[in-house]
Amino acid sequence: MRLPCPICGERDRREFYYQGDAVALDRPARDAGGAAWDDYLHNRDNPAGETRDLWHHAAGCGAWIVVTRDTVTHAVSGAKLVGAKR
Amino acid sequence: MARLIATTPCAGLLPLAIGSVTVTEVDAGPVTLIAPYDGAQKATSDALKAAVGVGFPAPNRTLGQTQGKRPRIVWCGMGQAVLMGADCPDLPQAAVVDQSDAWAIVRIDGADAAAVLARLTPIDLRDSQFKRGHTARTLVAHMTVSVTRVGAQTYEVMAMRSMAGTLVHDLEQAAKNVAARAALA
Repeated sequence: MRLPCPICGERDRREFYYQGDAVALDRPARDAGGAAWDDYLHNRDNPAGETRDLWHHAAGCGAWIVVTRDTVTHAVSGAKLVGAKR
Repeated sequence: MARLIATTPCAGLLPLAIGSVTVTEVDAGPVTLIAPYDGAQKATSDALKAAVGVGFPAPNRTLGQTQGKRPRIVWCGMGQAVLMGADCPDLPQAAVVDQSDAWAIVRIDGADAAAVLARLTPIDLRDSQFKRGHTARTLVAHMTVSVTRVGAQTYEVMAMRSMAGTLVHDLEQAAKNVAARAALA
């Protein structure tokens, strides 16, 4: 598996650390209520299809990236820097 | 009082000559990590260029001479580069850390240099992808390193000083394996 780091280009999966669903970036407001925080902390979709994951280019440039990947075909369709998203 | 003697990170480990490959230690002179603050990369680059003649490099690139102790600068991560072979000027718009004793820097040279490195690192070392002046933060075996191509058959690997022994061991083993395979051909 190879991941397209926006800074370094296509790199081997060994250089990356997996951090889970990119929903972690969408932090609810402090007063969003228990249900929203429960979703944010604990509940994850398990899609058959496109998913967005957080990866850290730990053994490379150090960037956090959001990788778009298809869980059915295993195709990686893109990646962007977490900083660029905000 | 004890007389302290400075040793280089690979003292007693290098040089090695195995098959067509030589591995030697590089004394890069002063080594300084430079990380420009947000939005200050251009200003830092201009200040560096004025003081030592090399600017701040683009990602995965190096600038400056690769031979001897002349100023050069190697990109080494998001928003970071190391300046080697020159004292770092005052850079008020960047975080600057002296890392002169922090890195073990080795040079791998020879016809099979790429073959030896290819056994250890996952990056694409082909001529079309990794040219002279290109650099990468990547892995060598299990170590995070910086790999730079400094010549047609010459590569430089920078690892943390504490990893010098492991780095030399891994390179030696890979070079021996490549040489053994060549002897069979």
